Amino acid sequence: MTQMHSSASGAGPAPAISLSGATKRFLTKDGTPFTAIRDVTLEVAPGEFVAVVGPTGCGKSTTLSLISGLEGASEGTVEVAGAAVDGIPDGVGYMFQGDAVLPWKNVLDNVALGLRFRGMGRREADGLARDWIGRVGLTGFEDRYPHQLSGGMRKRVAMAQSLITEPSVLLLDEPFGALDVQTRELMQDELLGLWSGTGAACVFVTHDLTEAISLADRVVVMTAGPATVKDVVTVDLPRPRRVEEIRLTPEFIELYKRIWDSLREEVEITRARGASRVA
Amino acid sequence: MSHDTATPVTTPALEQTVPQVATVPGPQRVARRRPWRVYAVRVALVVVWLGSWELAARTVIDPFYYSMPSQIWNRLVDWFTNGTSQGSIWTNIAATLEEAVLGFLLGTLAGVVLGVVLGRSRFTADVLAPFIKGANAIPRIVLASLFVIWFGLGMSSKVATAFVLVFFAVFFNSFQGAREVDRVLVDNSRILGATRWQLMRSVILPSATSWILASMHVAFGFALIGAIVGEFTGADKGLGLLINHSQGNFDAAGIYAGMLITTVLALGAEWLITQLEVRLTSWRPPAHTASSGI
Repeated sequence: MTQMHSSASGAGPAPAISLSGATKRFLTKDGTPFTAIRDVTLEVAPGEFVAVVGPTGCGKSTTLSLISGLEGASEGTVEVAGAAVDGIPDGVGYMFQGDAVLPWKNVLDNVALGLRFRGMGRREADGLARDWIGRVGLTGFEDRYPHQLSGGMRKRVAMAQSLITEPSVLLLDEPFGALDVQTRELMQDELLGLWSGTGAACVFVTHDLTEAISLADRVVVMTAGPATVKDVVTVDLPRPRRVEEIRLTPEFIELYKRIWDSLREEVEITRARGASRVA
Repeated sequence: MSHDTATPVTTPALEQTVPQVATVPGPQRVARRRPWRVYAVRVALVVVWLGSWELAARTVIDPFYYSMPSQIWNRLVDWFTNGTSQGSIWTNIAATLEEAVLGFLLGTLAGVVLGVVLGRSRFTADVLAPFIKGANAIPRIVLASLFVIWFGLGMSSKVATAFVLVFFAVFFNSFQGAREVDRVLVDNSRILGATRWQLMRSVILPSATSWILASMHVAFGFALIGAIVGEFTGADKGLGLLINHSQGNFDAAGIYAGMLITTVLALGAEWLITQLEVRLTSWRPPAHTASSGI
């Protein structure tokens, strides 16, 4: 119901992402409409890192599909870099929850994929891809197929694959959800390292509150489905951050308590509805 | 193949009994690891089978109706050295093979293209579904008679019969394969900037490949059936004609001999398709390939 703008709103440059009253309804198999998100209003400034938390299955991912243009909004407006989203906007990168790298292409071809799709020549694309493979620490694995890599390494490939196109808007849908705790923390650090200085606006969907606070400038709390923005909390922890250190500071714990109070109600509502409601 | 050390008579027959076991697992890796005992028992089975047949034909049953291995062998030797009643055996093999291969290639091409296109276009698929199901329900062997009227006794009527048999087998699989493409892979490629054609080439087709290849194994068998049935219906050369001619002469050995040659052709094609499969799916984890074979 409520919405908050970043503190620097006003007549400045267009926000990287702007949702206004965005609602998405799907038709379920038996023909009844199902509202995934309703009346979501949110702005993300260029270079800002926003984490979206909410109960499982509340429709957080739908928000990302609207921004990426994979789905159209049923109501409301969605804008990327000041232009209404109609189809997939230029400069959008997306890291999916599941494995999205092509299993029949090796690491090099997977990382170069976006450049090749955009018509870059093989030699030039391969050169850049090798550079990015080095940046995510996979040098020497160029010829491997995804099934020959560990889960964490596949995520590194996916990260390089998204970032090589130099997106100005980076959408991340629980990208590290399937990883073990140590690997996840490592990948969070890597992500912050690669993102800092790119000036890309990030929207990071997660149900892990620790992850959200460690990474983000602002944490958006969504309600139980149909989801809308419940609360926006600014995380004023200094950067550059080391995720495994920052979560021990008193400021972090304070923020955690505050956001968890807000999130807990929604989680309880979701739980009370039972497993049958979880989409 | 080094295990085929029994008498030359058993070699083709041995292969005839093996296909279900040896070719389905695909990767020869599995076959190579198989203990020698399996091969020994297989050879023994074939020896017992052919031996008892030969013995029965010489004592109890009438070889005029049931023939026997030695007669079949003699017929094969005769065909390959002196030629057949329909000319050189090689000319006949080449004719059947040409019809089958042409029908197979055209049918596979049409099946893949139409299957993938309809698999990605729900509206067209919904519109065409009843027609395709109807066409599939036609007993297609009967079409062979129609094709003889349309295309005459030459090669094209046989290619057409092989084509319709192959087409449907490949079509349904590639349709399903194109439909079952992982949504995330498609979305990811679209975000990365893939055009429709790039999506088709880099995502849909490779993803449907295992479905398509699976149907190709069956499809070549169908192509041979189509060619031979076509030749049965009316032809001036080919293995079907040879078999039909043997039937007319009450020559059971000739029918068996024709059958055996056809089987060897089918196994050869099966081997080639397996090689293609191994090449095209080298990216797959080995566990997957092995388990799909068992």
